[in-house]
Amino acid sequence: MSATLLEAKGLCAYYGATQALFGLDLAVEAGGITTLLGANGAGKTTALRALSGMVRVAGEIRFDGRPIAGRPVEQIVRLGIAHVPQGRGTFVRQTVEENLQIGAMTRHDHTEIATDIDRVYGYFPRLRERRRQQAGTLSGGEQQMLAVGRAMMLRPRLMLLDEPSFGLAPLIVQELFDILRALNREANVSILLVEQNASLALDLADHAYLIETGRLVIKGPSRDIRDDETVRRSYLGY
Amino acid sequence: MNWELLLHQVLAGLATGGIYACIALAVVMIYQAIDHLNFAQGEMAMFSTFIAWQLMNWGCPYWVAFVLTIAISFVGGLAIERIVFKPIHDAPILSHIVVFIALFSILNSSAGWIWDYTIKDFPTPFGTRSLIGNGLISAHDGGMIGVTLVLLALLYLFFRHTRIGLAMRAAAANPESARLAGIRVGWMVALGWGMAAAIGAVAGMLIAPVVFLEPNMMIGILLYGFAAAVVGGLTSPGGAVIGGFAVGVIENVAGTFIPYFGRELKLTIALVLIVAVLLVKPSGLFGRSVVSRV
Amino acid sequence: MEATPAAIEATGAATPSVVRLPPAQAVIGGITLARWRQLAIIACVIVALVIPFVVKNFFIFQLTLALVYALAILGLNLLTGFNGQFSLGHSAFYAIGAYTAAIMMDHWDVAYYWTLPVAGVVCLISGFLFGLPALRLEGIYLALATFALAIAAPQILKFSPLEHWTGGVQGIVVIKPDAPFGLPLSSDQWIYFFTLAVAAVLYVCAVNLVNSRTGRAMKAIRDNAIAAGAMGVNVSLYKSLTFGVSALYTGIAGALGAVVAGFVAPDSFTFTLSIQLFVGLVVGGVGSIPGTLFGGLFALFAPNVAESVSKGLAGAVYGVILILVIYVMPSGAAGLVRLIVSKLARSAR
Ligand SMILES: Nc1ncnc2c1ncn2[C@@H]1O[C@H](COP(=O)(O)OP(=O)(O)OP(=O)(O)O)[C@@H](O)[C@H]1O
Ligand SMILES: [Mg+2]
Repeated sequence: MSATLLEAKGLCAYYGATQALFGLDLAVEAGGITTLLGANGAGKTTALRALSGMVRVAGEIRFDGRPIAGRPVEQIVRLGIAHVPQGRGTFVRQTVEENLQIGAMTRHDHTEIATDIDRVYGYFPRLRERRRQQAGTLSGGEQQMLAVGRAMMLRPRLMLLDEPSFGLAPLIVQELFDILRALNREANVSILLVEQNASLALDLADHAYLIETGRLVIKGPSRDIRDDETVRRSYLGY
Repeated sequence: MNWELLLHQVLAGLATGGIYACIALAVVMIYQAIDHLNFAQGEMAMFSTFIAWQLMNWGCPYWVAFVLTIAISFVGGLAIERIVFKPIHDAPILSHIVVFIALFSILNSSAGWIWDYTIKDFPTPFGTRSLIGNGLISAHDGGMIGVTLVLLALLYLFFRHTRIGLAMRAAAANPESARLAGIRVGWMVALGWGMAAAIGAVAGMLIAPVVFLEPNMMIGILLYGFAAAVVGGLTSPGGAVIGGFAVGVIENVAGTFIPYFGRELKLTIALVLIVAVLLVKPSGLFGRSVVSRV
Repeated sequence: MEATPAAIEATGAATPSVVRLPPAQAVIGGITLARWRQLAIIACVIVALVIPFVVKNFFIFQLTLALVYALAILGLNLLTGFNGQFSLGHSAFYAIGAYTAAIMMDHWDVAYYWTLPVAGVVCLISGFLFGLPALRLEGIYLALATFALAIAAPQILKFSPLEHWTGGVQGIVVIKPDAPFGLPLSSDQWIYFFTLAVAAVLYVCAVNLVNSRTGRAMKAIRDNAIAAGAMGVNVSLYKSLTFGVSALYTGIAGALGAVVAGFVAPDSFTFTLSIQLFVGLVVGGVGSIPGTLFGGLFALFAPNVAESVSKGLAGAVYGVILILVIYVMPSGAAGLVRLIVSKLARSAR
């Protein structure tokens, strides 16, 4: 059960000439939920971008044993890695349903796609109500749901989620996290979760990484990190 | 007011409007695919038309040359994107526009070099019989309008109801996000170029019998095509076609009915009207303004 | 406020990170960057002062014209590079400046140097007035509106009822001035120095403008108009004023151009001129003031070079040159210089 699905070794990332990650080691277990925590500007988004090929990287990344560092984004995605970006990445001029179809663009099983769209609507009934609406007119939270829904449409093996709770009401966040847990258990989707809300993330995840200015500070089972008073005070602030 | 003259001018306007509609459609097409206007579009259409002319000169029957030209243009458009634009895909937009200008210059000058600047006749498959109003709308004009409308319908179906059409729209609207959905954005853009070149070729071959074939034939027409596309709304192929007819009619009617300087300044008048429309409706008559909440 | 992360995210990896110049204290080869800059300016000034005495009159004439273009491109750059507005219509402002000067000289015998401020003011006003409706337009739509202006200008200049003033299709011939005070200079040399002096003053003004409070407001609007408005910048006023100032620069260039060329005619101010200015802007570097000098030289000499390579295929050669230039320096000459300087500064560290 604890085979590694995704593994990064000595991961560095660059924006033009500036370096944002400095040799990060990171692993996500198959079937597991891992969370990546850190202050603003620590490099969490950059880490996810590096994993899905959106920034220039150095170091090693393996997905299912295969090296993927330096490959173009669309190839990495086609291996089954869905990335829910910070800022949601909504296709604002397309309808809600078209957004979901775009998420399934790499698949060719038409009837299954229709079932999956239904399944997403099952998770997020508000999206069903707004299926013919221009996605740009959705509220921030609804767009966040749509982004998660779009990622589900890929039928991914691994989901990279960048602050999925951003802008959501606490109740909805709870719901979203339940959905993520269900996805993880029922559809066997492994998850790498970046979150500001450390307490929630640690509850959901089984492993946690804490980074600071592009470097790893602490890693371990989330239970241990949650229970460590000093870590909580000095890094997580609660 | 002379109603008969007005009617005549409106009909004549519709005939020229067909030309503008055709090219406006090509303009909107590439705008959907690459998110900006391509200044070289008219020259691409002109070049394609010369290819058709050459094929017919070598003895190809009209429709064979027609289809071959569309295929060659499609491949040519694809190749231009892959060879010229792919290497600079992350250069600033203004630099891209300079490359459009370069392309314009290259195509125009090579066409003049290969085929020289003498005016050439180009055949029409529809004949030149009068259709309406004593020759104001000829069979060719009718055929041109018909083909434009068919093209429009096909494009509509392609973009609204095929997955690849949706993928192209997604790639143009939000390339980064499209990539994250596994869409090969580079190839979608190339496909857009290919399609735009093919549509341009159709437009060129339909226009050439009216304006005659020569390297500079498209310069003025492209201007009207742009104007039509913008007035209609760059996001709406149907709007572009309506815009094309509107511009044709405005040009003719203004040229005839505005006393004194109508003839001399009809281009200016048409443009002023267009700008006026934009001031009232900044995203064109039928364009969807992007509603976005953040 | 929620807009910010989304906006940043959307542009994140798609746009290349802009290479910035290292700070002025950075050292290359034992000399600070600020010092290098001074040296470069001094070198340019010396070359500019010496060159008319070592080259032929025709080449001096061409250099003068390149300087005039540089000034016009500077005007365009103030608008596009520093305020984020786009224009394909600057040939019209150039034409207004040129005709103002020509008409004043031809009809009222006004001395050529007095025509410059008048041309400037006329263009400032026309630019400001054009900038008002342009406020409602953005991107492609603004491009089309300005494009319309460029197309309309030569037609209006040819317009028969105005022929008494504009000279119709023929245009107006103006007499080239000779050097005053019995200076031992040829007419071309004198016009060169006169243009150089005017350009120097205008360049210094432009540098001061973009570094002033006004300049900061202009740039803030370029970077994010909504945020600038929220910080209390009067966006509409600044945008239309920038349009005016931009037209002023281009109009003075037009007036100088009329004096340099010795005549004005509608067909010198077609859309092609707008394209030339735009190409010069991009090749020099959008948002770079020194880059406009390179842009002026390129706008004038690149077509000539293309013609000398092949007469029949001059346009194609020109196009290939343009593509190669964009490949080598996608952000213009200024971008290339920034890249080299920042590489040198880093390796020196
Ligand atoms: N496009 C970019 N160009 C240059 N530097 C960037 C870019 N994007 C991010 N950075 C820098 O990389 C570092 C890490 O940024 P990143 O977005 O990964 O932080 P984060 O941990 O996701 O922060 P937050 O919690 O605020 O989202 C920051 O110092 C940031 O300034
Ligand atoms: Mg982040």
